[in-house]
Amino acid sequence: MSATSDKQTKQKEAPVAVTIDQLRVVGKPLDGRVPDVHPREAWTDRKLHYNLVNPNNRRKFKVIVVGTGLAGAGTAAALGELGYDVDVFSFHDLPRRAHSIAAQGGINSPRARKVDNDSIDRFVKDTVKGGDYRGREEDAYRLGEEGIRVINHMQAIGAAFAREYGGQLATRSFGGVQVSRTYYTRGQTGQQLELAAAHALSRQVAAGTCKLHSRQEMLDVIVKDGRAQGIVVRDLVSGKVRAQTAHVVILCTGGYGNIYYKATLAKNSNATAIWRAYKRGAFFANPCFVQIHPTALPLMSKWQSKKTLMSESLRNDGRIWAPRKKNDDRDPNTIPENERFYFLEERYPAFGNLVPRDVASRNIRERIDAGYGVGPLHNAVYLDFKTGIERLGVNVIRERYSNLFHMYEELTGEDPYKTPMRIAPSVHFTMGGLWSDYDQMTAIPGLFVGGEAGWAYHGANRLGANSLLSGCVDGWFTLPYSVPNYLAGLLGQPALDPKDKAVSDTMKDVQAGLDRLLDNDGSYGPDHFHEKLGAILDRYASVSRSPEGLTTAIGLIRELREEFWRDVKVVGEGDRLNHELETAGRVADYLELAELLCVDALDRDESAGAHFRTDHEIDGEAERNDEDWCFCSAWQYPEPGGKHIRNFEPLTFRAVPLQQRNYK
Amino acid sequence: MRLILEVWRQDGPDAEGSFETHEITDATPEMSLLELLDRLNHQLVENDQDPVAFESDCREGICGTCGLDVNGVPHGPEDNVPACGQHVRSFTDGQTVRFTPFRARSFPVVRDLIVDRTGLDRIIQAGGTISVDAGTAPDADTLLVTHDDAERALDFAACIGCGACVSACPNGAAYLYTGAKLAHLALIPHGKEERAKRARSMIAQMQHEFGPCSQIGECALACPAEIPLLAIAAVNRERLRAGFKWRKPN
Repeated sequence: MSATSDKQTKQKEAPVAVTIDQLRVVGKPLDGRVPDVHPREAWTDRKLHYNLVNPNNRRKFKVIVVGTGLAGAGTAAALGELGYDVDVFSFHDLPRRAHSIAAQGGINSPRARKVDNDSIDRFVKDTVKGGDYRGREEDAYRLGEEGIRVINHMQAIGAAFAREYGGQLATRSFGGVQVSRTYYTRGQTGQQLELAAAHALSRQVAAGTCKLHSRQEMLDVIVKDGRAQGIVVRDLVSGKVRAQTAHVVILCTGGYGNIYYKATLAKNSNATAIWRAYKRGAFFANPCFVQIHPTALPLMSKWQSKKTLMSESLRNDGRIWAPRKKNDDRDPNTIPENERFYFLEERYPAFGNLVPRDVASRNIRERIDAGYGVGPLHNAVYLDFKTGIERLGVNVIRERYSNLFHMYEELTGEDPYKTPMRIAPSVHFTMGGLWSDYDQMTAIPGLFVGGEAGWAYHGANRLGANSLLSGCVDGWFTLPYSVPNYLAGLLGQPALDPKDKAVSDTMKDVQAGLDRLLDNDGSYGPDHFHEKLGAILDRYASVSRSPEGLTTAIGLIRELREEFWRDVKVVGEGDRLNHELETAGRVADYLELAELLCVDALDRDESAGAHFRTDHEIDGEAERNDEDWCFCSAWQYPEPGGKHIRNFEPLTFRAVPLQQRNYK
Repeated sequence: MRLILEVWRQDGPDAEGSFETHEITDATPEMSLLELLDRLNHQLVENDQDPVAFESDCREGICGTCGLDVNGVPHGPEDNVPACGQHVRSFTDGQTVRFTPFRARSFPVVRDLIVDRTGLDRIIQAGGTISVDAGTAPDADTLLVTHDDAERALDFAACIGCGACVSACPNGAAYLYTGAKLAHLALIPHGKEERAKRARSMIAQMQHEFGPCSQIGECALACPAEIPLLAIAAVNRERLRAGFKWRKPN
């Protein structure tokens, strides 16, 4: 990344068309270490073969957990309960702030109490099919099976799930599914689950098994003898860079959706922890699988800092429509029925408004791009509750969605009980993440991953209410089994000496990275570059992607990266709280990850789930290519100057035979 | 819109602080107050000045990270709305808006508008949890909870942990916060075995770090989660109830 070429010479260069072969080499096949039994039996079989650690020996093992969302707080609390010596790191002031708290709609669990014919097998079918066959069947089985205990556990530790009048747990339906298996607490399910988990972690902090390090941001992994043995963090208040060593490191640091600049994610959510782990040898799986949520509040002004999600659960009782006339600026309540196009209901009669997110997003974007958008910027469609209110009464609607309606009114000044909501698609969740085997261990032994930071369960598209589930299943009922199995092999070995050269070398690298940012003599703050990056990705790597567009994007990203290092300025000092410095580090990582995201999208020569390639469609629907692309791409960090290396884990389907998705 | 921003600047917990005045000339009514601070910081960075340190995260009113006083009122002029949901439209052209950190002895300033609210978590650590280890819970349908109890529990469980109640209180009390947790857990059957113990330990920790309650009620007006003032009664009720338990306090 030299900053030698100046703008003038740049302009003279004709854009060079790059082909995928100039960008990447194909690496090796990967083994997910999935037991060779029927997928339904895989988790039972795996657990049976795990090694155990004697209760007396557990406190001798030092465990690092990064992140305190559902996956992180769950893992830390569960390992603490078992007796391990856990250090928990978070860049927040309190563990409860983690972004899991903002999830709204619910958590799936195939407890199958009703007679609507739900079952674990059906859950797996929905999840695998919803993910367009680009995730492991065995992972989906674990998700369904452990999902039953998740509801019991989260309820027992304080999550006040909605109840029927008879006192039993209430459920509702969600997109992509024809049964009612979503448990919820109004529109704030994530909050109740996150509070329960964070408070369970607090219980372990009080008990002394977990030590909490708040306002500490992880900036690197310490790898020694091919194993992850610690992390380097920056204390966000004092600015001090320090290291912590352990027997095992678990990253539960969330997704990278904020790479798009304005997404529904919290402002501080970022990719730095997983990206730095990637640069130390972990593989990055399917970075191009990014979910665009269909129902977010559209941008309404220049300074609007983010988009806000409106839960998918609203699609249960809300109907999506756009006017049949272009640029129709009439008050929506005055537009007669026959001039409204309920496009999801008409195009997908079987699923209607509850089609999966990717299908809904593409259809909404299609309407907006075709000129039928509504609102001051014509960048939205309507989500209308009139029929729902007529059918159920305003009280039922209020009980189900009051806080969402309240939030909408707070943000827009409009009352959704009376006027239809305006909604538009927004980046929301990343199915891609660090590649891990069936035990959730990454390509670096001793480095585990949980929750959205990883790639498991969701394939190319996540079903609504499956993310709270995956965070909980990883945290409470997967990592507490698989991490001890790894630790058992290290019995008798002390954690890495903090004075070891690997520790000081990694700290030096981190400090050098910070100094490079602080010393850069540029003229724009990091946000300036982030905004530009977001615009590139929004245009070329969003709901639909073309090879030409992606090639252009890669060129633009490379240019922007050079511009960043030439022209970024970071005001303030490194030895105190400095948000600009934090942002600059995160944006620098996004500028690298963005290229990989586009290379992956260009490489994956098919449409699958959220990855929709304009050159692979049939009648506007995604055309998968199972012959050539039925695998997980797991990218490996190349030597400096080398091409991106794409390893692959082949996927096989036994329980849910491969078939084209069809929601019509 | 033109607004004058008076912002509290303080380098650290022990440093002297002072107000700094800035002008924003291109504010718009639909901006949130946090976006107004974003705008200010953008301007400061352009002029090579240190941006104002303030905290925020989800910006949709659920994470509780944002916490600052606006013209002396926690979060801003509108009752029961977090700072991220407060808007410039509450002010008039040319008006002065004063930003200060949450004001409470238990919340020391970290930098500028950021305070240390870990005291809130220590109340939870003292006992605001249910002692059930992973995997040991009974089937969630075996303990029935009435619809109304679940809904009422949720009214209290909605607390976002921002600490506005403490900043609003002239005494710096954390009764609303503590009471919300006590009421939430008292309304569901899980963890009822620990109810008295929980009340004693949480209230003791609350009194150790935070001020006493004089039933003024500012807290409930400031609370972005609209926790009802009833939460304060819950503190007293749970304390009284724990006192009548014949089991030895521990």
